[in-house]
Amino acid sequence: MSGVEGYMYPNEITLYWSVLIVLYPYITGLVAGAFILASLERVFRVEAVKPTYRLALLTALAFLLDAPLPLIMHLGHPLRSPEMYFTPHDTSAMAMFGYVYLWYLMAVLVFEIWLDYRREIVLLSQKSKGLMRVVYKIMTLGSSNVSERALHIDEKVGWIVTLVGIPSAFLLHGYVGFIFGSIKANPWWSSPLMPVVFIFSAMVSGIAAVMMLYMALTKLRGQKIDMRCVDTVAMYMFYIFIIDFSLEMLDLIHRIYEADESFRSLDFMVHTKLYFSQIVLQIFLGTLLPLVLLFITQIVKLTEPVRKRIYVFCGCMILISVFAMRWNVVIGGQLFSKSFLGYTTYKMALVTREGLLAAIGLTILPLLFLWVLLKLLPPWPEKSLHEAASGD
Amino acid sequence: MNISRRHILILLPAAAVAWKHVLAGTPEDSPNYRMSDHWWGMLIDIPKCIGCGNCVRACQTENDVPDGHFRTWVERYHRTDWHLENPEVISPDGGKEGFPVVPAGAEGDYFFVPKMCNHCTDSPCTQVCPVGATFISPDGVVLVDQKYCLGCAYCVQACPYGCRYIHPQKHVADKCTLCYHRITKGLTTACCEACPTGARQLADLKNPNDPIHEFLKTHSVQVLKPQMATGAKAFYNGLDGSVR
Amino acid sequence: MSGLKDAGHLFRFAGLFVIAFLVFLVVRGYVVPKSFGRYGHYRAAAIDEIAAHPVKFAGHQSCESCHTDIAATKTKGAHAHVNCEACHGALASHADDPTSVAPMKPDTAVLCARCHTASAAKPKNFPQVDPADHSGGVPCQTCHNPHSPAIGADTGTTTAATGGAK
Repeated sequence: MSGVEGYMYPNEITLYWSVLIVLYPYITGLVAGAFILASLERVFRVEAVKPTYRLALLTALAFLLDAPLPLIMHLGHPLRSPEMYFTPHDTSAMAMFGYVYLWYLMAVLVFEIWLDYRREIVLLSQKSKGLMRVVYKIMTLGSSNVSERALHIDEKVGWIVTLVGIPSAFLLHGYVGFIFGSIKANPWWSSPLMPVVFIFSAMVSGIAAVMMLYMALTKLRGQKIDMRCVDTVAMYMFYIFIIDFSLEMLDLIHRIYEADESFRSLDFMVHTKLYFSQIVLQIFLGTLLPLVLLFITQIVKLTEPVRKRIYVFCGCMILISVFAMRWNVVIGGQLFSKSFLGYTTYKMALVTREGLLAAIGLTILPLLFLWVLLKLLPPWPEKSLHEAASGD
Repeated sequence: MNISRRHILILLPAAAVAWKHVLAGTPEDSPNYRMSDHWWGMLIDIPKCIGCGNCVRACQTENDVPDGHFRTWVERYHRTDWHLENPEVISPDGGKEGFPVVPAGAEGDYFFVPKMCNHCTDSPCTQVCPVGATFISPDGVVLVDQKYCLGCAYCVQACPYGCRYIHPQKHVADKCTLCYHRITKGLTTACCEACPTGARQLADLKNPNDPIHEFLKTHSVQVLKPQMATGAKAFYNGLDGSVR
Repeated sequence: MSGLKDAGHLFRFAGLFVIAFLVFLVVRGYVVPKSFGRYGHYRAAAIDEIAAHPVKFAGHQSCESCHTDIAATKTKGAHAHVNCEACHGALASHADDPTSVAPMKPDTAVLCARCHTASAAKPKNFPQVDPADHSGGVPCQTCHNPHSPAIGADTGTTTAATGGAK
């Protein structure tokens, strides 16, 4: 059998969870991470990161809208997916996807964005013309009350929503970790640490994404990057990354120490099939290198241009590293046989529904969504009314 | 063939009626079959398996199993001496056309292990199905509702035994059904019917007269991967410690 | 509560949820299959659908109900428990319509060799030969009656063929 070394159970030779299933936790991870960054300001009153607040929410929404797509495209019968809403199986972690997603989308993210933007939405519904006027009018839900009292209520309710949103974000992404972590049949996945590792790496990736988007968009707008903001974001990114790395190392050390029946097979797999993606990309280039560089920025006083370059470089490495981590978990978990006697190969297609092009497309799509959202709900107040009122 | 014309005149209609009666039975409608009277399992006798692959072929014929996928398959183990950790295992096309000949005088112990869905009482596969498309029937058979299955493949990942796959044309989960359409009509499974040595025997654990009860009293049996606590109902006699 | 009139927009937002929930309940009532949940969290009708699949192997009882002479020959031989369709293939279509569907005679060169080709992997007590050495290319049924394979055992005597890898 081509691509098989040693012995695989005959039905294990084909991988059923493709790169799209790698992409899904990556995208919801970005959502959760971006939201946590937003909550840093809103709930934990880290005022320094305020310039990224609205951008973080819009980024979360853009990625959240994209998130179900890899799942739908992976299903054998996508049109049956409403069954998860009508007859969710209460023993299945996957069954909660429909409800957690809907809750997080509507009751947290859309609600919070709406509350934060309501004043602008009402103003835009009055100042815009044509189609945009209709769009904004719908978004007001027919209420044009932007009195002091109403906005004050929005502020209070928004705070509660963000507070509730934090465990909701953990649930949105943590359940994916549990989907893997609760599979006793697969020793690469089965671990109580899995949801926790997923959440922390999600936070790092989401924060990195928003940080880089902020820097890029600010530059594109010809504005000055608020370094106090970026320094603070990078600091949180660094500390959360340390926790994430510690958790992953704990898992690794525990495995090596206990060396149960799966260890030899998994160890061999990591050193051969996953060598590049796990050891080189995820651990060395993607974790150790950014940690060292970020550590340097924390203890040595560096100039602004140098810090910017380090942050962008580290941000890129982090985004690659967290993707590699999802790859190593999902694909890695299917490369070895449950007999511990062999390995198979992942033959990623190019143009099929679950192929590389589809994956690339689904990664670029949220950036298009974000572009639309930025036009619809500009995050930066000083230009927002002027830009939007000139008609789009 | 020594059947005379006269015999045929009597036997044909009788056979046809008997056959139609057998075919007509469905679990719910048939007065003959009550789900609550049965709790199905399978007994697999390793020392009797000769690796002929009859069961794999019969299953494929009976259940239209797509090529390259297996509702049942046979593995051949070669254990050298005391090295239980790393036996040599092969299953060429699931053992469908048998196995290559091992010349006389070969070192070590060889044996064949038929594998299939274990129809676990506490199956991890039914636990993880997000919509309830796979389930254990009231008579103990783990089945897939192919009209309801989304094809998400979560059950495939959750099965410790590798007995599930996604049907390449239907795009739904598929696996051994213990020939449910046969056992509910008083027939045995296709693999048991085709096995020439009696290495595979259907077992009805709820039937006090089923030979498995006597067998279990007089033999040492195991299930695969007992540490997974799946409540597997495929019982193996003579299972070597090297079997994965 | 004093601020209630300034919270009107919140009630509108909540109203969306209420409407969506009610629509969901109505749709759910139509869409969920009626037999779902009868025995557990699944569509009970699936059990009958699966049980209604066509049968391809008739089962040896069907064969024996007509072919009583063959059945009698087999009972005393080594192949007593080798079911008819293990060699003759799936024949429910023949049992269903014996005159129109005629079973093919198996090719003994392929069929017998599958089980009886000697291999050190097979159980030691299983009768097995090297086909080339054993018969020099002569078809198996020249000496062995497949329904009672021991040499001279057609009448039911117990001269069993002892095998072993050659």
